[in-house]
Amino acid sequence: MPEAARTSLRVKEPEVADLGTRPGLPATRDHDLRRYLPGVEPERQLNDWGRSERVEGFIDRTLVDFFYNHWFRCEVEGIENVPATGGALLTSNHSGALPPDAPMIAKAIKEEHPHPRPLNVTVEHFFKGYPGFSMLIPKIGCVAAHPANVQRLLFDEQQLVLVFPEGRKGTEKLYKDRYRLRRFGRGGFVEAAMRARVPIVPVCVVGAEEAAPIFAQLNFMSRLTGLTYFPITPTFPHGGLLGMLGYLPAKFKIRFLEPLRFDAEGLDEDKSLVQTVAHEVRARIQENVWEMVKKRKSVWFG
Amino acid sequence: MTRRVLITGLSTYWGGRLAQALEQDEQVEAIVGVDNRDPTRELERTEFVRVGTQHALLRRIVEAAEIDTVVDSRLVVDSVTTSSRKAHENNVIGTMNILAACADSSVRQFVYKSSAHYYGTAQDDPAFFTESMGRPHPPATGIERDIVEAEASVRDFGEKNPLVSTSILRFANVLGPDVRTSHTTLFSLPVVPTILGFDPRYQFVHEDDVVAALAHAVRHDLSGIFNVAADGVLALTEVIDLLGKQWAPLLPPWGTGLAASALRRLGLRIPPEMLGQLRFGRGLDNRKLKATWFVYKYTSREAVVALAEHMRLHPVLRGAQEPYRYEREVEDFLRWSPHVKNPAYRKQPELSPEETRELERLSDAHADRTGVPRGGSAVEQAEALARAARPREEGPPPADIRAAEAPEDPPADVAPEARPAPVGHYDDLGADEIVSLLDSLESTDLLALRDHERAERARPRILAAIDSVLTRREAAAR
Repeated sequence: MPEAARTSLRVKEPEVADLGTRPGLPATRDHDLRRYLPGVEPERQLNDWGRSERVEGFIDRTLVDFFYNHWFRCEVEGIENVPATGGALLTSNHSGALPPDAPMIAKAIKEEHPHPRPLNVTVEHFFKGYPGFSMLIPKIGCVAAHPANVQRLLFDEQQLVLVFPEGRKGTEKLYKDRYRLRRFGRGGFVEAAMRARVPIVPVCVVGAEEAAPIFAQLNFMSRLTGLTYFPITPTFPHGGLLGMLGYLPAKFKIRFLEPLRFDAEGLDEDKSLVQTVAHEVRARIQENVWEMVKKRKSVWFG
Repeated sequence: MTRRVLITGLSTYWGGRLAQALEQDEQVEAIVGVDNRDPTRELERTEFVRVGTQHALLRRIVEAAEIDTVVDSRLVVDSVTTSSRKAHENNVIGTMNILAACADSSVRQFVYKSSAHYYGTAQDDPAFFTESMGRPHPPATGIERDIVEAEASVRDFGEKNPLVSTSILRFANVLGPDVRTSHTTLFSLPVVPTILGFDPRYQFVHEDDVVAALAHAVRHDLSGIFNVAADGVLALTEVIDLLGKQWAPLLPPWGTGLAASALRRLGLRIPPEMLGQLRFGRGLDNRKLKATWFVYKYTSREAVVALAEHMRLHPVLRGAQEPYRYEREVEDFLRWSPHVKNPAYRKQPELSPEETRELERLSDAHADRTGVPRGGSAVEQAEALARAARPREEGPPPADIRAAEAPEDPPADVAPEARPAPVGHYDDLGADEIVSLLDSLESTDLLALRDHERAERARPRILAAIDSVLTRREAAAR
């Protein structure tokens, strides 16, 4: 699929017409199929998305806990803006090679929220085809950014989903462009929230740009290795693949903003409204990020 | 509403299981099964007709038996079971023929057994396919291409025949104690090979649920496309864990096809569509079928557990049970011979008292006219009836009828050269081909053919087959 056609939530899917029910027969299709969702089998350690309590718990207790509390020393504002029940689409700015922002936002909800809830992070389809990543990524709560997946999580299962509308453009961004948000896809995330009738919670993260800065991109190396991009960071490539994890101890600040609500049905059909909301969300995040950078006295101590 | 059901592919595992399930249903008045192989499961009241997918013959069966429901269970979904050319012939051409036989006929419902291979496996798949989703990429393997093509022709049929409820059931990978698939073969290995670095999501459906879903579609007149997959999507490592086996990442992530062909040398055949599943996996959204009040008996996990339990018990029980073998003569005897008195053995519903009286009255009348004593075998009676029905000048004189009763004795007055074979190039055909053709011939032709055969080569198998067709028609006419 050409790259232009696959920004985070807009994978175009050829729809096939169903044979449909004919008049005169008992109506078999309920519009709302939510009550037919499969139940949870207590014997299982994985859920249907492949998320593993055991693997996630282990990584959470060790790696994420260390980074959250001691390395990045995360500071969280506005956690009350994350709803305690029902679905919500968290929308954040994105940065850094092997971005540390997603696990930190997930950990923030787990640590600070009065009702800790699991967060589903949407990732590129790329990971599913990459050996090793393909095995690990779903186990720690990442889901491919397919509109159907997001719809099922938000509307059917009423869960929290985190998207990065900047997508890959955010992670490819160089250090000199830090805290300047890229284009927010084509507003696919807004459509997803409107279709599922859940609020969008904008999230601002400051510190990730300095934690994993990218000084250059080597395009010929990414073509050679088959990686989506080949960044030059303080520790990669000379630190090897693990160098991707070599984060600098920047101070993290995460701010959850007021949610935008879409309760009416069929809003996603209105393309101009979708674009307007997408711009609004981006502007709010950008504004708050700049304000947070302005107030920050030190990159390392906050 | 009673049903008259035609099952194509009766001799496949699913056709046989479905026929057995429908036999228990009082709403199903008649079950006719067609296939070009002998049935593999023991059937009570299902009628087996040996015919492939020739649409002209099928159409005659459909019209003659006033079939209102057709279930197509023939689809080949595992490319190791047959060559790709045969699979294509069966899946695509066969489906087209069956649809041609059903169009503009008495058929009011068409149920098509399809497969989740329709969706394929790709990197950018959604985690749960719903029925309205197409595949993100064109099919890459032969089986998938066949399934997409066959389904397209079924959908086309559904659009052109709006009076027919057309339903397509897409089944996930089937597991269970009885059914044999490439996946059960893989899972029965002591060490299950996986692709290095991949832990695909797998959804299964238990064999009993497959049969129940097909029967459900028949009973409830389902219309539309339905995914049939049990609740719960497992990771492959979880599956292997439940089976109590070890997994080994023997297949490399790159050049997997090459490694698979090396494994084929060692005797393990991994078909290409399965390699896709071992890499990316697949999940289905099963809620649409559940919304039609279908209840699954097993979850994916329970289906795996059932297979695990069977695999532990199997070595103990091996050889304890003889596999079923279809014997046409025995089946015909049990279904049609008037000598079968014990109701426990009688394989067809008993005639009502009025029908019995009527039958006796008619046979008495014929016995008087033709001189055949009552109570002779059905074959004798049929012969006598047929001869009585023929114009006098053509048929042998009544005195010769007794001679004709003994099949070893060709009647003296029938000159072989006087009777041309009713089927062109008859003598070039093999016995199997002739037997499969018999159902399509008229009774008078059959009589002539029998005489011809008796005079020429007298193959007992063909003679017996002609006789049984005649007997059956005779009984049907009553």
